Amino acid sequence: MRARLAGALAPVLALIPVPAFAAALEGEAQRQPINWVAIAMFVAFVGLTLWITKAAAARTRTASDFYTAGGGISGFQNGLAMAGDYMSAASFLGISAQIFTDGYDGLIYSTGFLVGWPILLFLMAERLRNLGRFTFADVASYRFAQPPVRSFAAVSTLLVVSFYLIAQMVGAGQLIKLLFGLPYAVAVVIVGALMMLYVLFGGMRATTWVQIIKAVLLLGGASFMALMVLAQFGFSLEALFARAVEVKSAAAQAAGATPTEAAEKGRAIMAPGGFIKDPVSAISFGLALMLGTAGLPHILMRFFTVPDAKEARKSVLWATGWIGYFYILTFIIGFGAIILVGTDAGYKMADGTLRGGGNMAAIHLAHAVGGNAFLGFISAVAFATILAVVAGLTLSAASAVSHDLYATVLKHGRANSADELRVSRITTLALGALAVLLGLVFEKQNVAFMVSLAFALAASGNFPVLILSLLWSGCTTRGAAWGGTIGLLTAFILTLLSPAVWTTTFGLGPAPFPYSSAAIFSVPAGFIAIWLISRLDRSPRAAIDKAGYPAQRVRAETGIGAFAASDH
Amino acid sequence: MTQEAGRTDEALIAAVGGDPRYIELVTRRARLGWWLSAIIFTAFVGYLALIAFDKALLGMPIGNGVTSIGIPIGLGLILLAIALTGLYVAYANRYHDAQMAAILKDHCA
Repeated sequence: MRARLAGALAPVLALIPVPAFAAALEGEAQRQPINWVAIAMFVAFVGLTLWITKAAAARTRTASDFYTAGGGISGFQNGLAMAGDYMSAASFLGISAQIFTDGYDGLIYSTGFLVGWPILLFLMAERLRNLGRFTFADVASYRFAQPPVRSFAAVSTLLVVSFYLIAQMVGAGQLIKLLFGLPYAVAVVIVGALMMLYVLFGGMRATTWVQIIKAVLLLGGASFMALMVLAQFGFSLEALFARAVEVKSAAAQAAGATPTEAAEKGRAIMAPGGFIKDPVSAISFGLALMLGTAGLPHILMRFFTVPDAKEARKSVLWATGWIGYFYILTFIIGFGAIILVGTDAGYKMADGTLRGGGNMAAIHLAHAVGGNAFLGFISAVAFATILAVVAGLTLSAASAVSHDLYATVLKHGRANSADELRVSRITTLALGALAVLLGLVFEKQNVAFMVSLAFALAASGNFPVLILSLLWSGCTTRGAAWGGTIGLLTAFILTLLSPAVWTTTFGLGPAPFPYSSAAIFSVPAGFIAIWLISRLDRSPRAAIDKAGYPAQRVRAETGIGAFAASDH
Repeated sequence: MTQEAGRTDEALIAAVGGDPRYIELVTRRARLGWWLSAIIFTAFVGYLALIAFDKALLGMPIGNGVTSIGIPIGLGLILLAIALTGLYVAYANRYHDAQMAAILKDHCA
């Protein structure tokens, strides 16, 4: 039962082109002995969330309940839920593992994941809430002919969600096998089944609470670990870093380096290392993370769960605060692991690598600072984290199918709420089954590129369409639908031709596209295509689209006619 | 929540859209949004450029200690993201909402 851990870290590995780092994390994911404390804690979490789902199910009667929890979530709750949607097990284990290995480089990652949130707030959040109802396609297609733009948005949502979901499912299987000692297939089926229960019966209300509980548990657990680490160094970061540098130097010296080389190796964890190869890849990767965040369908969907633009704004502030705080904790945890895990032979194999694989640094640290019970707690939190993320993804894909494709494109907006609800539930079942199946199919595959692909697609398709439909009066149906599609295709094709897919995944030799991320080309391609096609569009529909802008703008800015919370 | 509600809104939308106070507020608010976006965008891209072109600079220790310049810069970027978000929300809660509400109230009355 040996498998590579790359999958578990997909979202992190995906964007890291450096072989040294990849190698460090590709430890063997051996099945561990069954961890009963972890299982008991996880069962408690599942029991609580299923009870919440049951309560939510009684209140999920309409499409609005299902998609947006009736619009009655507060800004604070929604901010926590957004953080719960965004902080994946991969960012917790992966970034702390990266810091454990290379030090500083992990921080570059964290900043990239955070800077999209302010931009989402400054340019989109309030306008999204004022114009939208259930999905981001409501906003993107507001003044346009519905079928083309909705179809684009639905296809884009399904693509982004599928790639993200496959990476999460494969990661979940690997991680759970590792932490709980369960077979891979059992782990994938458990994740798929629980996620289906939450979404199917509890809709957005249950999903939101799963995300909130997970966020609180993860933030609490990470805070405790960081606190325990800092306490050992008199709450001085300088003392923490100094000891970490000593540990790394000593390790290098033990491995045969001269004292000068060893000192240099130790100091290297305080500076950026091999994480960024060339300036083009660096900027491109940054663009994908930053703008992709503002185009992720499952994140955008969360804006419709709050009553108004003001709460939408607050959601982002809370989300940004919690996520930023979490990344600072992860940074401390990574350095703590260098010292407390890196110097303890009990956490290592005979050859000096970490037991269970490179990404176990944070898990071993949990044991080092809190013993077996806390290790069980953190393992259960990692499992809960995956569940919350996949539930949010599935819900947004189900909405794209039922609200955008079925109700709007197929039924021309005349579907009744009960039918729409039924279609979303059937879609949820189908997606859950598909997610489990794909998780099983991709078990042995390297799915590391899939999350970077999801971010690149969101940045190159959804983001330009949303920005230009919201802010440019000249944008037309044709421009949005076809231009957005060109952005998506550019991101997709360039990613296939990039080293992570062409060379690493398919082994086809040197990659035709040399950079690690497509965004620096595909984002402008999306914007330029929308602009050019809109400019050349002389159709009668184009005139209607442009004439619709002033009223749309006033609605977006003022919230006149915005869909209000429906309370039962 | 229906299209009928949308139709009665149309007169209001036309009136508000033509109100110079509305135009002034929206322009000011959009300018704030773009400026703040430009700040965070430039800060992040600048940080990446620094990493790409001058790794050694970020690795320089502060004073006689071990902590490098890169640490406060990286953590500072995280804090900047939170601070700018907070600034925008505070500004919008304090000024924009009230001004917009006043404009809407005038036209609804």
